[in-house]
Amino acid sequence: MIHSLFLINHLGDIFLEKHWKSVISRSVCDYFFEAREKAVDPENVPPVLQTPHHYLISIYRGKLFFLSVIQTEVPPLFVIEFLHRVADTFQDYFGECSESVITDNLVIVYELLEEMLDNGFPLATESNVLKEMIRPPNILRSVVNTLTGGSNVGETLPQGQLSNIPWRRAGVKYANNEAYFDVTEEIDAIVDKSGTTVSAEIQGVIEACVKLSGMPDLTMSFMNPRLLDDVSFHPCVRFRRWESERVLSFIPPDGNFTLMTYHISSQNLVAIPVYVKQSINFFEAGSCGRLDITIGPKQTMGKTVEDLKVTIHMPKAVLNANLTATQGNYTYDCTTKMLVWDIGKLNPQKLPNLRGSLSMQTGVPNPEENPSLNIDLKIQQLAISGLKVSRLDMYGEKYKPFKGVKYVTKAGKFQVRT
Amino acid sequence: MSASSAFNDEKGGSSSVGEPEYGHDPASGGIFSSDYKRHDDLKEMLDSNKDSLKLEAMKRIVAMIARGKNASDLFPAVVKNVACKNIEVKKLVYVYLVRYAEEQQDLALLSISTFQRGLKDPNQLIRASALRVLSSIRVTIIVPIMMLAIKEAASDMSPYVRKTAAHAIPKLYSLDPEQKDQLIEVIEKLLADKTTLVAGSVVMAFEEVCPERIDLIHKNYRKLCNLLIDVEEWGQVVIINMLTRYARTQFLNPNINESLLEEGGSGDKTFYGSDEDEDEDEEEKEKKAEVAAMAKRKPYVMDPDHRLLLRNTKPLLQSRNAAVVMAVAQLYFHLAPKAEVGVIAKALVRLLRSHSEVQYVVLQNVATMSIKRRGMFEPYLKSFYIRSTDPTQIKVLKLEVLTNLANETNISTILREFQTYIKSMDKDFVAATIQAIGRCATNISEVRDTCLNGLVQLLSNRDELVVAESVVVIKKLLQMQPEKHSDIIKHMAKLTDNIQVPMARASILWLIGEYCEHVPKIAPDVLRKMAKSFTNEEDIVKLQIINLAAKLYLTNSKQTKLLTQYVLNLAKYDQNYDIRDRARFIRQLIVPTEKSGALSKYAKKLFLALKPAPVLESPFKDRDHFQLGSLSHLLNAKAGGYQELPDWPEAAPDPSVRNVEVPEWTKCSSREKRKEKKVEKPFYTDSEGESGPTESADSESDSATGSESSSGSEESGSGSESEESKEASESEEEEEEEEEEEKKKKKKDLKKPVQERVFLQTIAPSSTLKSYELLHRITGEGLSVEYCFSRQPFSPDANMVAVQMQFTNNASSDTKNLHIEDVKLQSGMRVKEFPEIELLPAGETATAVMGIDFCDSTQAANFQLCTHTRKFFVSIQPPVGELMRPVFLTENEFKKEQGH
Repeated sequence: MIHSLFLINHLGDIFLEKHWKSVISRSVCDYFFEAREKAVDPENVPPVLQTPHHYLISIYRGKLFFLSVIQTEVPPLFVIEFLHRVADTFQDYFGECSESVITDNLVIVYELLEEMLDNGFPLATESNVLKEMIRPPNILRSVVNTLTGGSNVGETLPQGQLSNIPWRRAGVKYANNEAYFDVTEEIDAIVDKSGTTVSAEIQGVIEACVKLSGMPDLTMSFMNPRLLDDVSFHPCVRFRRWESERVLSFIPPDGNFTLMTYHISSQNLVAIPVYVKQSINFFEAGSCGRLDITIGPKQTMGKTVEDLKVTIHMPKAVLNANLTATQGNYTYDCTTKMLVWDIGKLNPQKLPNLRGSLSMQTGVPNPEENPSLNIDLKIQQLAISGLKVSRLDMYGEKYKPFKGVKYVTKAGKFQVRT
Repeated sequence: MSASSAFNDEKGGSSSVGEPEYGHDPASGGIFSSDYKRHDDLKEMLDSNKDSLKLEAMKRIVAMIARGKNASDLFPAVVKNVACKNIEVKKLVYVYLVRYAEEQQDLALLSISTFQRGLKDPNQLIRASALRVLSSIRVTIIVPIMMLAIKEAASDMSPYVRKTAAHAIPKLYSLDPEQKDQLIEVIEKLLADKTTLVAGSVVMAFEEVCPERIDLIHKNYRKLCNLLIDVEEWGQVVIINMLTRYARTQFLNPNINESLLEEGGSGDKTFYGSDEDEDEDEEEKEKKAEVAAMAKRKPYVMDPDHRLLLRNTKPLLQSRNAAVVMAVAQLYFHLAPKAEVGVIAKALVRLLRSHSEVQYVVLQNVATMSIKRRGMFEPYLKSFYIRSTDPTQIKVLKLEVLTNLANETNISTILREFQTYIKSMDKDFVAATIQAIGRCATNISEVRDTCLNGLVQLLSNRDELVVAESVVVIKKLLQMQPEKHSDIIKHMAKLTDNIQVPMARASILWLIGEYCEHVPKIAPDVLRKMAKSFTNEEDIVKLQIINLAAKLYLTNSKQTKLLTQYVLNLAKYDQNYDIRDRARFIRQLIVPTEKSGALSKYAKKLFLALKPAPVLESPFKDRDHFQLGSLSHLLNAKAGGYQELPDWPEAAPDPSVRNVEVPEWTKCSSREKRKEKKVEKPFYTDSEGESGPTESADSESDSATGSESSSGSEESGSGSESEESKEASESEEEEEEEEEEEKKKKKKDLKKPVQERVFLQTIAPSSTLKSYELLHRITGEGLSVEYCFSRQPFSPDANMVAVQMQFTNNASSDTKNLHIEDVKLQSGMRVKEFPEIELLPAGETATAVMGIDFCDSTQAANFQLCTHTRKFFVSIQPPVGELMRPVFLTENEFKKEQGH
């Protein structure tokens, strides 16, 4: 299956290589570099490349390429999903997934890779199991280790792999037993010029942070589970209970994990929290353009819209922007052609407005295309789909845990066409 | 020394992050110290007594390996520490060992005893890790040790150790494929394991070592289905993919009626006539038409095991792992009844929210599926709308899906979407959109004019790429109904002054040439302009200029004779030989000379033949012959190790092979009961009415072909002997299975002949064959021989041409021992003689086939034809047209070639 892995930074340097079978020369990456050159944008490098003797499957995460070398047939998603899992693990261990962090912790990274695959087939990918074998670095421990000569490798061999619930380690103990759940919903929408919604979907995710002693068995039920008809679960969730009773029943992993994600695609259920009035015009004569954007609240369920931000990718010909904002600040980056208007809180009484002129390159014909507006926003204490957790019960342990649920709505890929 | 220390500092300072193995140690840094000196220092650390020093050294060494630097010369020093007490040092030593053992085989052997000891450890985890490292050391000498260790571990108490054993199997197999048979035994044993921990790993091993031994799965099939949901994610993917293949060999096609339909009506009509009702209507018509055929067919009932697989995989569509979701999706696509496939659409659409790489793969698969099962994704049309922030490759794929989903009802929405896309800043994407519009226009006749008008408007676009792409697409659309659109052709003719993109120029020129009768005034003028600029044009444009000239010469020679001559003269001295060739060829054809052959009479017919309109269709059409979700599907080419997805069997193999012996007779499953009941009667009697689902399916065996039919009849034979015990019939079944395996193996070995057999089936000579005389009956003293080129592949040797000979004995006495002797050939040519004909009685005829490799020449093959009394000198000279080899072309490829 997966033969080798190369980590490549944005400059095209290979800074880590790992082989699970015989060594493959790094010259195999030349094919990738060729494709990388051709693609201009790192996002446009085809994830699967064919070379005379190997297949290269790569992902792009955090300005790094994870490039795996394959020799025989294997489902490409299998490899892609695994590579993302590797990146997630790095993120989990080191707080970020960047070149500097990886080179600083080269040995731990190497040990992790060794444990995650055996002969190219995934062995241990659960973060709980890995953490038992290889402890994540932290400052205190590294000080203690240097003084006492201790190590980062677990003294006891992990038991997690042996149990039927590999995601949870045994013998967990906390003084304060807590379970927090964050329900986050993102609105993906396309709104056209006239303000009608072309498409709208909600992507929801329930992230959990569970710090409970022993082997707790949790049950979460919803006020309106019928909203959820397209869901995916962490492996700990029992499918059958969901199918029959529409409750989430699970023995949670220890620490942070994604309990479930859901997708609401029916458009009439999706409320669009803001409206945008905009006009962007480019004039032939004066080699300049005008821009006027106003944002107002639409369906906010009585909550305030925060962290409002508008990003516009301007056509190449726009040299500079001379605008005034009634609220917030705007910046225009002339190299990337990105206009960012950071508004902040939306005040329904006084709608924020951005207007002014755009200076254009002379002698170049007007851009025919109009740029689209990407909107970012956040609404606290609201799941825009109306989803609500009704209860959380715990079985199997005697103590009384502290429980909490938080809701937040964000804009996902929210785009207004002009 | 000062200089060196200065270097030291610099080095240490600049690369403290990137290269720690220099920085910390003053003795090691600097450009003057050579590699082995630095390693000396590491060796010292490894030899010390302190674990912390050892650990430090090992960490640096592993960091070197990680960065791809060579640390092989440290091998002896490192291997010494393989038995170190410190667990972290030990682990790092393992890492080192696995990396370098292959290069230093002799020294690696020193470490083996440590692992052998580890294999006996009471702690299961130590046993497992010892086996893991031992099996990862790629040293051929220890193959027997590994084999032994794997065998032992396969029957270990601990499931974790057994899992490790399963992982070790492919490692050993890649090291020494000769161990295959023994490894298969281990795999068979581990397949019977009932723990979820082992299931995924052993199926993985099965897929790598012996994917063809599908018979090993029978007994474990139901268990695997039931365990599936609890197996870890990666194992699920492998098991599901394997079971897909298994199901294709064991069950009947649930869409058997529909698939008939599809074959029947794969023409344009079904392309947009997708409404369910309409389908049903057609189905009914079809039924009426084939009442007889249908009557023979028993009503389809799904095998309960088939149902079990579908039922148990369905919840996995909710997995968080995209690979699992995709695996289930492909399983449903390939195995589920048409009505049930729809459930996967929602899950696949959900994956589109994931990372862009996941989107890329999922969209490719959706594109393939949406051609076959459009209705499935129609409700999710809007999920494929494109955002300006999508990467270009994702945009293009979404466009592909949108185009596939277009039909009369949604085309207006889709076209409105496309209009916004055309204004995008991403020009590659705009080009793709224009092509997509072209495809919609060809597929949906209602909007053809709208699309065409829209595209014509784009011709005044400022971006040249957009214009060029539009020209190319318009050309294809116009080809469908040129007479209606001469104004568009005129408009395009004007564009030649401005547009520079070669492909677009070539397209315009072709259009003008093709439809020069519609623009009789403009065409010569265009040629005049082109003749002027001929030398500066790109090759494809030049070729089209020559084409245009030729066509005008034929239709309007008065005005264009000189121009054509001029162009041809220019082309005659062009640097490109294609162009020179073309010019020479065309001159011969169109300019009548006394030498010109018969062809010039037909020049007009040749050039102005009615060309079929090009077929604009999805590049994803017919990709579903690869298993979806596979690498091969994505690349549209067979990847190494890809296992073909077999076609459904005509008749289902015996389902009882999946029965597992249940210890107590009381627990006997209903299936077995049924089976017992059946034993009283002949096995495959008329099963209509009372019989179970699978039996009814089996009774189709009469319609089966090839090996299957033979095995089927054997089966029925064995079944009809009612005394025979069930076990016996089962074992026989297995034997048959093995026989089939062997057959398959043989087939693999003889790959070439198999291919040719395929040709034989698919290609038959289209016209009557011309036969030539080899020996006249007078010269042959009563024996006459004729031969013809049968235009069939000569199976013993692909390079040879088959020559079919017909011997007729016109004499009054028998001819004996007809054979070939004394073959005289040009170098390189070869002959395969026909087998001797021992007796040809008077008045009889006989045929024989011989093979000749003419080595692509038209030299004659001379030989003597001998009978028991006489020898005749004969020769066979091949006409040029016969030296061809049949090549298999799919319908699509053919159409594509035809369109040019």
